[in-house]
Amino acid sequence: MTPAWIKNTAFYAFVVFIVLQAVFPFYYAIVTSFKTGAEIFEISYYPRTFHLDNYYSVLFSGNGSFLRNIWNSVWVSTITVIVALFIAVTASYALSRVRFRGRSLMLMTILCVSMFPQVAVLAGLFEVVRALGLYNTDWSLIFSYTIFTLPFTVWVLTTFMRDLPIELEEAAIVDGATPWVIVSKIFMPLMWPALVTTGLLAFIAAWNEYLYALTFTASNDAARTVPVGIALLSGNSEHEIPWGPIMAASVIVTVPLIALVLIFQRKIIAGLTAGGVKG
Amino acid sequence: MASISIKNLKKSFGAVNVIKGVDLEIKSGEFMVFVGPSGCGKSTMLRLIAGLEDITSGTMEFDGQLVNALAPSKRGIAMVFQSYALYPHMTVFQNMAFGMKLAKNNKDEIKTRVEKAAALLQITPYLERLPKQLSGGQRQRVAIGRAIVRDPKVFLFDEPLSNLDAALRVATRLEIAKLHHSMNNVTMVYVTHDQVEAMTLADRICVLRDGYIEQVGTPLELYEKPANIFVAGFIGSPKMNLMKGKFASPYKANTIGVRSEHLQFVSKDGWAGKVIHAETLGSDSYVFVDIGTEEPVIVRESGTTKHTVGSKVQIAPLKGEVHLFNEQGNSI
Repeated sequence: MTPAWIKNTAFYAFVVFIVLQAVFPFYYAIVTSFKTGAEIFEISYYPRTFHLDNYYSVLFSGNGSFLRNIWNSVWVSTITVIVALFIAVTASYALSRVRFRGRSLMLMTILCVSMFPQVAVLAGLFEVVRALGLYNTDWSLIFSYTIFTLPFTVWVLTTFMRDLPIELEEAAIVDGATPWVIVSKIFMPLMWPALVTTGLLAFIAAWNEYLYALTFTASNDAARTVPVGIALLSGNSEHEIPWGPIMAASVIVTVPLIALVLIFQRKIIAGLTAGGVKG
Repeated sequence: MASISIKNLKKSFGAVNVIKGVDLEIKSGEFMVFVGPSGCGKSTMLRLIAGLEDITSGTMEFDGQLVNALAPSKRGIAMVFQSYALYPHMTVFQNMAFGMKLAKNNKDEIKTRVEKAAALLQITPYLERLPKQLSGGQRQRVAIGRAIVRDPKVFLFDEPLSNLDAALRVATRLEIAKLHHSMNNVTMVYVTHDQVEAMTLADRICVLRDGYIEQVGTPLELYEKPANIFVAGFIGSPKMNLMKGKFASPYKANTIGVRSEHLQFVSKDGWAGKVIHAETLGSDSYVFVDIGTEEPVIVRESGTTKHTVGSKVQIAPLKGEVHLFNEQGNSI
């Protein structure tokens, strides 16, 4: 028998390792963002000086283009979540409650589609975006992010909705509710945890997306989102990579996500476990 | 107050025929109970009346008006579900008002009707609570209240008592019976697998088996004149004693049936057998006697029994209380 204290120590050592591994890159970004000049290139694991110069230059130089990027990201991600959730809720009602031919085939197709790598459909999607006249607009991003979010969202909400008791729906039908009333007045309030969880994941995915953002808004600075904006930050000369401002920008765009997750924390936990056990 | 007329009703789910041709008249204001073993189609019948399932063939009329294709909410029905099916995120008041709100009734009228129903069912103190803050019996009353508020012509119950414990079941059964008396002329259709509920509540009972009606009649008719062996065995507790062969041949029947209260111990010329078990319930005793039939014969005695296990006895049926059945199992 291994003594208990060795087990405990090993366990916590492992926990510390994982936490460090996950948190260190972000911690280093924060520390770096407060440094200026040559100091950036010295390795130090705790802040020695404290300057906000990087934040200032990111936010206010370059005619506020970074602020514009942030606004674009907020706008694109929010609209994506709203559109995706609306389509997913209505679709999952059909997929979980309406009996029709080819329903399970459709569900499997949805699952398969969610496994396509982004790059595989980039060229095709580019043509679609061009054909629809969305190229270089924020709507091209909303359009493509919605497409990529939907399979996951539909799948999760369908599973969740299938677990809601059928009698609830029948009671509502007897009460004279239309399918839309059933979805909006009965099911949606019961599905808040699932909606929050999937919505948040969709938001994060849209917020972090880089490839489509780079491709579909290539020649329009005004429609650019944050990940591309950060990548295209340039220094005083083409040989200088402005690490300071890049780190500051990274910190700025991460904070809203952390705030969102903290706000909805309880709901997420409920959402991830709901359906797994009864109650 | 609606009469329901069902003619040659059939329902199949894919290749499975659940209702195989049913004709039934339910009178206005009647309390009709569907009873039968599980899988007999009684719940499907109720759901067809509610409009929650589509009719495969045949006709259904409410007061002479064809309702085959009418939506549930347009039929003037209300339904109480086995699992209560209360909306978990709404208060008791909102639960009861939901149907009227969807029908765009004005607020004062909704309030009046909900409060009236709540007073009738004594749930007024709970109107602002959520379903999860109520006990099982209270939830079932809210579900009944929700149905009352709709002011239905036909009240449908789908095994409403089966989620309640024994004591509460008896109390709620009484309340449903009182409700039927107080709501004049409301037709009620009630599904149960419990023949005691059927006997105590029904004006008429409809016994179903395998998608067919076996017999329709008042509780006493079914008890005293069962149309066949199935009904004889299903109605009444304990089960009717059924005997074949040498027991039946003197009566020129294939099978004879005698209820336990119509058997008595005699000193001679009876069926000889041995007592194998005795159940004492206080007011009555059930004595299980092995006389050579497949299952032991049950004899009811008032009070406590003096017949001990293992003792040799003779039993005989009372005159005129023997049910005779032919080879097909039908009554003769």
